Amino acid sequence: MQKSLLIDAGKCTGCLQCEMACSYENENVFNPSKSRIKVFTFHDEGRFVPYTCTQCDEAWCLQACPVDAIVVNSKTGSKDVLEDVCVGCKVCTISCPFGTINYNQDSGKVIKCDLCGGDPACASACPTEAITYVDADATGLARMREWAGKTDNTATA
Amino acid sequence: MAWTKKVLRVNLTEGTCIGEPLNMEWADQYLGQRGLATRYMCEEVDPTCDALSSENKMIMATGPLTGTMASTGGRYSVICKSPLTGAIACSNSGGFIGAELKNAGWDMIIFEGKSPDPVYLHLENEKAELLPAGELWGKSVWEADEMLHKIHQDPQMRIAAVGRAAEEGCLYSAIINDLHRAAGRSGVGTVMASKNLKAVCVRGTRGVGNIKDPARFMKSTAEQKQVLAENAVTGQGLPTYGTQVLMNVINELGALPTRNMQEVKFEGAHNISGEAMLEPRASDGKANLTTNAGCFACTIACGRISTIDQTHFSVENKPQYWGNSGGLEYEAAWAMGTDTGVDDLDAVTYVNFLCNEDGIDPITFGATVAAAMEMFKDGDLTTEHTGGVELEFGSAKALAWAAEVTCRGEGFGRDLGLGSRRLCEKYGRPELSMTVKSQEFPAYDPRGIQGMGLAYATSNRGACHLRGYTVASEVLGIPEKTDPLVTEGKAGLVKAFQDATAAVDSAGLCVFTTFAWSLENIAPQIDAACEGDWSVDKLAEIGERIWNLERDFNNKAGMTSADDTLPQRLLTEPANTGPAEGKVCGLDEMLPEYYELRGWTTEGELTDDVRGKFNLPV
Ligand code: SF4
Ligand code: SF4
Ligand code: SF4
Repeated sequence: MQKSLLIDAGKCTGCLQCEMACSYENENVFNPSKSRIKVFTFHDEGRFVPYTCTQCDEAWCLQACPVDAIVVNSKTGSKDVLEDVCVGCKVCTISCPFGTINYNQDSGKVIKCDLCGGDPACASACPTEAITYVDADATGLARMREWAGKTDNTATA
Repeated sequence: MAWTKKVLRVNLTEGTCIGEPLNMEWADQYLGQRGLATRYMCEEVDPTCDALSSENKMIMATGPLTGTMASTGGRYSVICKSPLTGAIACSNSGGFIGAELKNAGWDMIIFEGKSPDPVYLHLENEKAELLPAGELWGKSVWEADEMLHKIHQDPQMRIAAVGRAAEEGCLYSAIINDLHRAAGRSGVGTVMASKNLKAVCVRGTRGVGNIKDPARFMKSTAEQKQVLAENAVTGQGLPTYGTQVLMNVINELGALPTRNMQEVKFEGAHNISGEAMLEPRASDGKANLTTNAGCFACTIACGRISTIDQTHFSVENKPQYWGNSGGLEYEAAWAMGTDTGVDDLDAVTYVNFLCNEDGIDPITFGATVAAAMEMFKDGDLTTEHTGGVELEFGSAKALAWAAEVTCRGEGFGRDLGLGSRRLCEKYGRPELSMTVKSQEFPAYDPRGIQGMGLAYATSNRGACHLRGYTVASEVLGIPEKTDPLVTEGKAGLVKAFQDATAAVDSAGLCVFTTFAWSLENIAPQIDAACEGDWSVDKLAEIGERIWNLERDFNNKAGMTSADDTLPQRLLTEPANTGPAEGKVCGLDEMLPEYYELRGWTTEGELTDDVRGKFNLPV
């Protein structure tokens, strides 16, 4: 079964545990600026929104890469950057419609979410279940259930 | 490790920013943040100096766990001599700038001297520069924040700033970071403005590494986050209601100081409680609370993000206050609501927004307005002083006006900006100031919660709930229940809370974790992160060392046992209702025992034994 990150922004408190978990998992340092997942604050609206790569099936970044440095991970379905192949041309960063693949000044390569090889650190660290890792075919299940619960069928019962 | 081992020294007189190594010998004895910065203060600043002179210094300090994944590991403190109290000031704040400072590669910034012209510090990793702030002077914190983000074109930059109140000399001005988190108490913002320093902007992309034992640290922090999640207070009460979970609880207990502490129960408490913040309002069907919010790394998320009813008188035709911003926490709702007798949730939220917008301490502000209202009632103050405003208990309009003029330093707002001790003296009613060491009380009546009386009287920064929160034990039963109405055993309880809190405040963690955590939960996290051995005993010793050091600073500044007292009202006027009816605070039953447990003289002075035991500077 393929799994997906499911993000429910309504639950997010903006604590950045996910950003630290991500940077620690991938860069060995607590450093939000090196996180593949970013949490955005919309101050006036009182909203926090975590955002990362959704692992598009036909990934623009993968198709744009001139040296085939982005490959499909057959286990998780994530699109992974091969660090030793990437030449840092940044074409992928231009092609990604969502901006979720980014250049890393320190390494001269790009970084993006790779689902941590199937055990996403961000989801484990999130205290509010704003990020969960679920069956890719059923990311809407919780929301369906919520709306189902609002259906008033007591009159016909 | 966990420390960056680097201090940035900013000399505002000379206009220089120079890095230097952190004194690691002191770090081993004082941990970080509150303790370590106080050690620097004692070394470098004469305790008798004028707090608003260039002799005073101001230190922004992080702890070793700031910027890490330890839950709530995002705190920093501002340490200086207080212009309000004359004692050591240490105000702790969350938000994000503390972690950003650490990410930029610094444990602390020491500001010294005074700039000839308004400036702000721009810090980007190792690059630090003082830039002219002429355009920013005279602006609120919120305006300055927006302008600075525009100037630097960097949405990720974190900003701490002072507002107009601090510039105008309000003695309890706060430093506001991330728009609505505050280093709130004791006038640390006033000190910052006195140095002509308008803002500190930080961008850090280096990260916090160098964890001693990363695998153990990740395991330990994950376990301790679980402890917070499973605890009723940190896992449910605080996320749902914020600290405002307490308003109804303390009212029921008859320990909710009301109308300048004349009474101990407030009939309007529910209307401004955490529960009320969740109720949909008539005009738009929305609740006051939009969502809860976490500071950096915080898995509790007690922060309130709120809106004001757009049809409310306070914000009519003022669209700048229609969006979301930092909502009420308990002490603020108490001071500006209960203590002034105002039970209008929108009005209290509005003045809370103003406190953040221009940077003033809502506790001291609210309690000062309450004292002014009592003087107005008694005729010591009249509409001649207020320019026509009827400063009556319960008047939401008067409260909103008071906040506006205090934040801008206009008219009678300048008097209110003195704090209640100086205000009440000025108008001939010193006994109406509900303060210790010139700082106002927070929201727990020591007639109904006796231990808090001793905690207030002996707090090193003047009356304060965060220096020894015996409410945890006396009301909530943490770590074990004690009877709030008795004085017996409270000296030891207060000392234990004071010492443990000093350690927590020096680690980079939030004191609210201690509803669920003791030093037993904290020590393993520090030990996994920091070089050296960090046991519970060592942390407890550090806490006690810090407490003594702060006390020593205050004694050298001229304070004596005579300053360890409470207003006569709490010592002689009994509670009028509730469980504490007929009781006053039995401070004199607790204080001598407290001095003895501390190993101090009967005059509250440190002995050579204590000095030697904790290796304190002479
Ligand atoms: S930056 Fe690297 S991964 Fe992206 S397109 Fe260029 S070579 Fe490929
Ligand atoms: S799954 Fe892993 S790599 Fe992707 S955002 Fe989460 S922590 Fe980062
Ligand atoms: S860890 Fe969860 S709650 Fe915290 S910022 Fe990330 S998504 Fe939001």
